[in-house]
Amino acid sequence: MSRKITIEPVTRVEGHGKVTIHIDHEGNVTQTRLHIVEFRGFERFIQGRPYWEAPVLVERLCGICPVSHHLAAAKALDVIVGAGTGEGLTPTGEKMRRLMHYGQFFQSHALHFFHLASPDLLFGIDADPAIRNVIGVALKHKDLAVQGVLMRKFGQEIIKATAGKKIHGTGAIPGGINKNLSIEERDSFLKGPDPLNADKMVEWASGALDFFKTFHKGHKELIDNFSKFPSSHLSLVRKDGAMDLYHGVLRAIDSQGRKILNDVDYQEYTQYINEEVRPWSYMKFPYLTHLGETDGWYRVGPLARLNTCDFIPTPLAQKEFELFRAYTNGKPNNMCMHYHWARLIETLHAAEMIRQLLHDPDLHGNNLVTIGKKQKEGVGLIEAPRGTLFHHYRINDNDQIEMANLIVSTTNNNEPMNRAVNCVATSMMTGKKEITEGMMNAVEVAIRAYDPCLSCATHALGNMPLEISLYDQNNSLIDRKSK
Amino acid sequence: MTGKVNKGKEKPLKLLLYGYGNPGRQDDGLGNEFIYLIERWIEKEGLPNIEVDSNYQLNIEDADAIANMDIVIFVDASIEPIKDFTLTKVNPSASRIEFTMHTVSASFILDLCHKIYERYPETYLLHIKGYEWEFKEGITDAAQKNLDKAIDFLKGILKNPQSLKRYNT
Repeated sequence: MSRKITIEPVTRVEGHGKVTIHIDHEGNVTQTRLHIVEFRGFERFIQGRPYWEAPVLVERLCGICPVSHHLAAAKALDVIVGAGTGEGLTPTGEKMRRLMHYGQFFQSHALHFFHLASPDLLFGIDADPAIRNVIGVALKHKDLAVQGVLMRKFGQEIIKATAGKKIHGTGAIPGGINKNLSIEERDSFLKGPDPLNADKMVEWASGALDFFKTFHKGHKELIDNFSKFPSSHLSLVRKDGAMDLYHGVLRAIDSQGRKILNDVDYQEYTQYINEEVRPWSYMKFPYLTHLGETDGWYRVGPLARLNTCDFIPTPLAQKEFELFRAYTNGKPNNMCMHYHWARLIETLHAAEMIRQLLHDPDLHGNNLVTIGKKQKEGVGLIEAPRGTLFHHYRINDNDQIEMANLIVSTTNNNEPMNRAVNCVATSMMTGKKEITEGMMNAVEVAIRAYDPCLSCATHALGNMPLEISLYDQNNSLIDRKSK
Repeated sequence: MTGKVNKGKEKPLKLLLYGYGNPGRQDDGLGNEFIYLIERWIEKEGLPNIEVDSNYQLNIEDADAIANMDIVIFVDASIEPIKDFTLTKVNPSASRIEFTMHTVSASFILDLCHKIYERYPETYLLHIKGYEWEFKEGITDAAQKNLDKAIDFLKGILKNPQSLKRYNT
C-alpha cells in the first residue's frame, strides 16, 4: 500500500509549514515536500506608502527578527535619499546600526540554540516530546536555560538602546540613525548589572560553543551525516573577504569551493538572482540566474556564511572559524547539523562585535544622518540571522513606494530545506512499516537546523494547530492526530 | 518563591503590568494601548511600586522580567466570547511549548520562571474583548469602550492589590 504522511505544522520553527511524504507500495519514499501554506502579501501592503515609512512598516513582518527588516529597508532607502549604498553614512550612523544588528544576531541565535535546537541534542531526536523542549532543558540543565534567557535579554536590551524599543523600533532612518548611544547606556552594557554585561556574554557564547563541540565529539555520526548533501552557498562578505553581517558584496561558491558569484554589487542583484514559483507552496524558490532553476539553488545562513567568507574579524570567533574550516580540510562544509556549530561561532562573533563597538567613541557622536541626491530606486541587503535578506524599493514622483520586492532569508533556503526533508525521509523511512514520532521529528530537526522563519517568509494568518495526517495511495485520510 | 500578596504595610508590593499584542492588527493592540494609557495614570497617582512594559509578544526573557515581582498582570486582547473584559488567575503550564516562539503564553512564561528561578509571582491575565484584526492601526470604537472599562476597573485594583485575592480561584 502506498502512503502519504503529513507533518503539519513543523514544530519549534517560526511560522506554519507542513511536510508531506509519499511512500509507494514497496516502501520507497517517492516524493517529499515542505509546503508553506501561509499567504504572503507584505510587498503589496507597503505600496503607496511614503518611502520613509518603510523601515518601520516592514518590521511588522515578524516579531522575531524585526531588526533585520528594519535595517535592510533603511539600507535600501539610504540609496534613495542619496546617502550611498552602505558606506556613505556617518560613523555614528553606521556603528549604531551595526550595534543594533549584532544585538539582534546575538539574541536570535541564542533563542534558537538554547530553546529550539538544544532539546534535540540534549535529549535525542527520538526522545519523549514531553521532555524534548525548553522546559525539559530548564529542568535538567538549568544553567543552560538561564543563560539562554539572559543572552536573549541582553541582545534585546542592546536593540532597545539603539532602536528605541525591543520590538518594532525606530532607530534607523533613511540616511542614518535617529539617536546615538549615551555614556550611561554604554556603561550599563559594559559593566552590568552582573551577569548582563558584554564580557559575560562573550564568556557564555564561548561556553555554548564548547557545549556543542563536546556533544559533537560524542555524536559524530548524527552531527556529520544527518541530512548531508552538497550545495552552493551564498552570503555577503566584506570587500576583503571577511565575514560582515551588515554590509559588503555578494559572493557565492559551489560545493567544491569555486566562486560562482564573485563579490558582485548587490544593487544589481536582479542580474544574478531569479525566483521560481511552484504551485504547491506560497514560498518562492530563488536561484542564481546563470546556473538556472535546476542547478542555481544555494544555501544561506550561518553555514553558508562560514563557507563563503575568508576569515572572521574578531579573535575568538576567528580561532573557532579555523577549527571549523580545518574539519573539512578547507572545503565547503555541507553538513546540515553543522548549521548549529556555525550559528554558535556567529553568536560568539556577535558578542565580540558588541563589546568592541561599545568601546568605540563614535557611538556617542551627534552627526547622525547623511543625505545626497535623491534616487528613484534602491536595494538594501543584509545578513539576517537566518541568511541573506533582500529589500528592493522603487518610488514615484510623489515619494510613494510603487514597487517593493523582498527575498527573505528563509525563502533563500527553500530548496535546501526541501532537500533536507527528502534526505532524512529517504534515509529513515524507506522500507519502514511504521512511521514513528521520532522519525517525524527527525524531519523537523533537519528543517529546524536552518532556523526558518516561515511567518517572515510568507506572513502568517490564523492559528497554528499541530496536525498529523496519514493518507493511503488514493489520498484518503486514514488517521489524523492533533495536539 | 513568592506568590503571596504581602500583607505588611512597610514593604510595598512590586507589581508589573505587561501588555502585549500587535498594534498593526487593530484590536490586537489592546494590550499595548492599555499600557500606554495606564502609565500616565500611574505617574499622576505617584505609584512607584508599579512597573509597566509593552511588547509585540511574550518571549522567554520575560521569565526573567517577572521573576522578582510580587504581582504580574498581563494584558492581552481576546477573541473569546466574553462581554467586555475578564481578569483571571494564571497558573503555570508548559502547554504549547513545542510550538514556535510566536505563540508563547503567559502560563508558559510563568512555568519557565518557576523552573529556572524557582519562584513565581502571583500572576493574572486581563483579557479585553476585541473585534477587528485587519492589517491596520487603531483600536475599534467597540473595543475602545471595553478598554476604557478595563482601565477604570484596574485603577481600583492598583490602589488596593489585596483585592486581587478574589480572583485567586
